[in-house]
Amino acid sequence: MRDILKMTAIEVGEAIRKGEITSVEATSALLDAIEAADSEINAYITVCREAALEQAKKVQKLIESGELSGPLAGVPIAIKDNICTKGVKTSCASKILGDFKPPYDATVITRLEEAGMVVVGKLNMDEFAMGSTTETSFYGATKNPWDKNKVPGGSSGGAAAAVAAGEAFCALGSDTGGSIRQPASYCGVTGFKPTYGTVSRYGLIAYASSLDQIGPVARDVRDCAAIMDIIKGKDCMDGTSIELEEQNESYLQMLSGDVSKLRVALPKECFGEGVDDEVRSSVLLMAEELKKQGAEVTEISLPFIKYVIPTYYIMATAEASSNLSRFDGVKYGFRATEYDGLRDLYEATRSEGFGEEVKKRILLGTFVLSSGYYDAYYKKALQVKSIIKEQFDSIFEQYDVIICPTAPATAPTIGESLSDSLKMYLSDIFTVSPNIAGLPALSVPCGFDRSGMPIGAQIIGPRLGERNVLGAGYAYQQVTDFHKRNAAERSETK
Amino acid sequence: MTWETVMGLEVHVELATKSKIFCSCTTEFGGEANTHCCPICTGMPGTLPVLNEKVLEFALKAGIALNCDITRYNKFDRKNYFYPDLPKAYQISQLYFPFAKNGKVEITTKSGEKKTIGIHEIHMEEDAGKLIHSPFGDATYADYNRCGVPLIEIVSEPDFRGSDEVIAYLEQVKSTLEYLGVSDCKMQEGSMRADVNLSVRPVGSKEFGTRTEMKNINSFKAIEHAIEFETKRQIELLESGGRVVQQTRRWDDNKSKSYAMRSKENAQDYRYFPEPDIPPISVSEERLAALKAEQPELAGPKKLRYIEQFGLSDYHASIITLNKNIARIFEQTAELCGEPKEVCNWIIGNAMYLINERSMELGDVSLSPRVFAEFIKAITSGKINKSVGKTLFEVIFDSDDSFDIDKYIADNQLAVIDDDGAIYEVVQAIISANPQSVEQYKEGKTKVMAFFVGQCMRQLKGKANPDKVNKIIVEELAKQ
Amino acid sequence: MKITKETVSYVAELSRIKLGEEQTERMLGELSEIIDYMDILSGVDTEGVEPLSHVFSINNVVREDEVKPSYNRTILIENAPEHTEQSVVVPKTVE
Repeated sequence: MRDILKMTAIEVGEAIRKGEITSVEATSALLDAIEAADSEINAYITVCREAALEQAKKVQKLIESGELSGPLAGVPIAIKDNICTKGVKTSCASKILGDFKPPYDATVITRLEEAGMVVVGKLNMDEFAMGSTTETSFYGATKNPWDKNKVPGGSSGGAAAAVAAGEAFCALGSDTGGSIRQPASYCGVTGFKPTYGTVSRYGLIAYASSLDQIGPVARDVRDCAAIMDIIKGKDCMDGTSIELEEQNESYLQMLSGDVSKLRVALPKECFGEGVDDEVRSSVLLMAEELKKQGAEVTEISLPFIKYVIPTYYIMATAEASSNLSRFDGVKYGFRATEYDGLRDLYEATRSEGFGEEVKKRILLGTFVLSSGYYDAYYKKALQVKSIIKEQFDSIFEQYDVIICPTAPATAPTIGESLSDSLKMYLSDIFTVSPNIAGLPALSVPCGFDRSGMPIGAQIIGPRLGERNVLGAGYAYQQVTDFHKRNAAERSETK
Repeated sequence: MTWETVMGLEVHVELATKSKIFCSCTTEFGGEANTHCCPICTGMPGTLPVLNEKVLEFALKAGIALNCDITRYNKFDRKNYFYPDLPKAYQISQLYFPFAKNGKVEITTKSGEKKTIGIHEIHMEEDAGKLIHSPFGDATYADYNRCGVPLIEIVSEPDFRGSDEVIAYLEQVKSTLEYLGVSDCKMQEGSMRADVNLSVRPVGSKEFGTRTEMKNINSFKAIEHAIEFETKRQIELLESGGRVVQQTRRWDDNKSKSYAMRSKENAQDYRYFPEPDIPPISVSEERLAALKAEQPELAGPKKLRYIEQFGLSDYHASIITLNKNIARIFEQTAELCGEPKEVCNWIIGNAMYLINERSMELGDVSLSPRVFAEFIKAITSGKINKSVGKTLFEVIFDSDDSFDIDKYIADNQLAVIDDDGAIYEVVQAIISANPQSVEQYKEGKTKVMAFFVGQCMRQLKGKANPDKVNKIIVEELAKQ
Repeated sequence: MKITKETVSYVAELSRIKLGEEQTERMLGELSEIIDYMDILSGVDTEGVEPLSHVFSINNVVREDEVKPSYNRTILIENAPEHTEQSVVVPKTVE
């Protein structure tokens, strides 16, 4: 039999349904792989060995009795540590949450469990999802499985690294400004940020509520689609979640591989200065490939792109400064040991409990909302957001998808990025726009640079344009094998 | 110099929904600490608010009845500040797009003139929790039961010039919201609270003085006292060459004094911004029209109807209609017994006395119209007299609907003594027992009549008709 | 917009974050750089543009006014660093 660990999630599900393996075997094999590799990669904050095996046993019975028959029933999945799991420590990779164990599950967790998926553990991330490298975690940096001196990207670095390292078949991440797509790109895996509102945010510890979306990180587009089928859809606990018209349709079943007539736009600003040559050429080759399959590829302009970073950081930090105020040492998590009175309790706890990057963003967010600056920054950003959204709307009147690099360069070396915040923020230039405009966006592996590090291409669609976005990625993966390359093997041979 | 007080009011009213504004916990008052809570109202990470449709409905009803323009599009905002009674460290409120604006309330001032008080805006928001301070150590305990109880905040224009206007306005607002059934407006339980913004200026001046805000005032009396105190404080300050500092002051009702809150708490920068977790609210013309059509008869129109239909005086009709419950008791009783004026007199003369004496909420009066109507019939038919009636009213005031008034009268022998023979007997006995008084009477000291009547009525346990007793005494004395 | 050390201290105070002298200096440097960069937005003509807070126009998402059982109190407060059987505890908020 094939090595379980090299299978995609759908293949594992198939093998379980056919009785070739059991959910317990798959879970157990994965747990062993985590144990073997994670001391080096550090993709996990918490591994739930006993609970996972217990759950796998239960699920296996339901599969055998025919009560569970979905494509991913019995398949193990790992969860970013900002998604609440009942009774299981949920830390946001921050000291300030301490050993917080939520007394509730996020809606996505409930849905995964109803579909028979088995949660194996909680994944490392940048503290409160604020970062592009997974270096700001209180639990130590995660390494890129392709080169352990490099960062895996962030903030869902644990998710991308785990999938790339064979420590997870698939994972849930969260994406506020590229936090699923950019690490997927750096780690050579597939990551998808859905249309805002498609997936319930209930139980996702908020960074920036108007930008956050939960999405899948997996080995290919089919797995992402299958996970989306489970987690998508209106949730009465999240007022911003939306009723999907094609609610009963399956993203997985909509994947046709046919991109003929697909109208693809290539924004020239995303292939110019500041983008690595190898990244540029790999992404352009991808566009070529789609063209070969019948897509119409046209160069366009995104004149607003220079405004997206400031707009994004104003919105994100403003909301974050408010969302993170509840961490004050009173109701849960860490409390400073020495303080004098209430105010000092707040200040001591927050000063000791938050890392530097988080503090910086809280200060920035507080600044842009504070009296005298609101109009110049926050209000202005919301106005520019309106313009950005309109411009996207008009582009998508003529095109089905936009293709551009996920990140301007491949993964940087550990320790290189944090010294210059602004530079790090600027590297989010291609990923933040879909969050600002609420659009679906996918990152698929599309090549390697000369040092063998993966390159990712991003496919952006209009609101609820999941079908074309996933469809384009799927068509591309039908004819390429970048997503099948194995980090573990490559890393060994190096 | 003569000074003029200028005031504006911020009135917080808890809406009478069953569940909280953003989660499904009960809004019930009281309960053991933290037993009406869930992860949402205690601000646990990852939880999200979803608006209770009844909150919106009640708020819109209030806005319409207070003559506001209802904004077709309203939104929630976050008001950020750290305090242990606010577990999310932000209050979900409305700043940029409140649901109602430009309302007005008509009041009658002390001098009997009509005056219009403007309402600047009304917005929806969530209540905060309560803090309980340890009497011993350095500890405060947070009770989150009240967190997320829905509120509307009614912000008036600075149109008040005296505490009588403030009270009249509050009574009017309370009355309206009670009629709508959107709040029980109980000041004692904190379901209606007022903050007073107050400044003084020389009479005739067009400019406003520096204002202070007084919080934590929870009764009409306390509001009157607080206004008096603060007006005096500001005038004295200005007359002695000082200046008023803009600040928030806490009213301590026990000490009848207000205190400035510490300056650090005064440095407020709430960093309001649109609440991303709650989509905007749009209110259609159809919905507005439907809500308007549903609006019950409020105090104003009801008063006019009572004057017309029941022949009450303007003054009496105002008192009777101010509270929904009292008006209901009045109207149902009047219809049952057909004696509206009598019913009105008993409510104003006796029920109001008991309510004040017991510091009851008008809404809590549970007097049964059926029992009350039978009581009125017993009075008007002469079955019992007024003085017995006064005592009996206290009994029916506390009784329930099953109370059998005839049986009670019979059991306690309260019926008027119709038997003249019995009265003659008592009168004759009293006269023969008091020969000196009889002498005095004969000497022309008619004052002793009162003595005889009193003695006789006492003997008769008040159950005889005093006029009749009077007549028989005169008759008997003449025989002496 | 130029920001000063006072701005940083004020913002830190509002955020309930303590900054030492040296940290304030460093944050001033880093925040200044970022805020300077953000100022390119002032070049966008936003005259007459409504600020867009919610990206999609979904309105009136409400739930029924229905009471559901509250949580067990112990479960809600046991995550707190300091609590009694009934409540979380903070230093006294009044003198």
